[in-house]
Amino acid sequence: MEYILLIISAVFVNNVVLVQFLGICPFLGVSNKIDTSIGMGVAVIFVMSLANLVTYLIQNYVLIPLHIEFMQTITFIFVIAFLVQVVEIILKKSAPTLYQALGIYLPLITTNCAVLGIAILAVQKDYNLVMSVLYAAGIATGFTFALILMAGIREQLALAETPKGMKGFPISLVTAGLLSLAFMGFSGIVK
Amino acid sequence: MGNLKYFTNGLLKENPTFVIVLGTCPTLAITTAAINGIGMGAATTFVLVFSNLIISLLKNYIPDKVRIAAFIVVIATFVTIVDLVMKAYTPDLYKALGIFIPLIVVNCIILGRAEAFAQKNSILPSVLDGLGMGLGFTLAITLMGSIREILGSGSIFNIRLLSESASTILIFVLPPGAFVTYGFLIAIMNRIKLKINL
Repeated sequence: MEYILLIISAVFVNNVVLVQFLGICPFLGVSNKIDTSIGMGVAVIFVMSLANLVTYLIQNYVLIPLHIEFMQTITFIFVIAFLVQVVEIILKKSAPTLYQALGIYLPLITTNCAVLGIAILAVQKDYNLVMSVLYAAGIATGFTFALILMAGIREQLALAETPKGMKGFPISLVTAGLLSLAFMGFSGIVK
Repeated sequence: MGNLKYFTNGLLKENPTFVIVLGTCPTLAITTAAINGIGMGAATTFVLVFSNLIISLLKNYIPDKVRIAAFIVVIATFVTIVDLVMKAYTPDLYKALGIFIPLIVVNCIILGRAEAFAQKNSILPSVLDGLGMGLGFTLAITLMGSIREILGSGSIFNIRLLSESASTILIFVLPPGAFVTYGFLIAIMNRIKLKINL
């Protein structure tokens, strides 16, 4: 039950993009088409779960025993950048079709602040290994969900007539604001 | 005088928040109050100035292929310094900014300036560029923080403008308000730019 609540909370109530404001750059950058946002979303779910698994191990078996917790930021960002590269190389060799589908989105993930943010948050919240990975998977699913919703709206928005100054970023931000308002309706489901 | 243009570039013409639209996560997340804007802006400016300085000093020694990794080490070092200093001396602000202080590492403005400016220019222009960009960012998020604080809590820099019983537009300090305020501010900037060009 605890795990189910954790996932629901991560996907809807504390939606990473619309409530916690992490990963706004890819959210605004890649949400032009539904296809590309699904690709990006799957890549993020994959990398984020893996990143939380690895950072959990590093935090508890390297940083804490050596009393160098202050090195957290540097270590984590390196681990994530490294992980993205490794995943890219492994996929290229072992699953070329999946690589072709995800290929272009993988390097972009290093700059996704949600990956580092969620790794640090999971440490701050004192989650155990299973919860940490589930939390990351839930958060990444929430990210994908928001990305696909936004892409669906923006595909329609491209056809609409918007005032000159509102074209591009402004109208996307206002749209995201309305989406965020809708997501506030989920608050209170999980404490 | 010639170096002054590097400084003013970041303030208006290439303002990181309103014109290039980089570093959007902290812009949206921490602007619930004007004071947070100043705190976040100061922290980012510090990291930006010193990472620009170090990178412009080291530019001839960093091999091209590993430059991004090298930049990230430099940036992460200064972020760790800021993180520890703020934790020790400004605990309230540290709490309000929370996760977004370590996340200065992945703020695209900083890596962007390292890549686009500091690795190609000498020390003085790089420092001025970092200072200008940092101040441009600080001004922009403080402006946004002020607007949201006035509309959402009826105060500015924690000084109350309205009586306690007055009802405020609470939505502006909640997440949706951040998106809408930011959207309209960029729209106003775009409008002004269009007017000037005409």
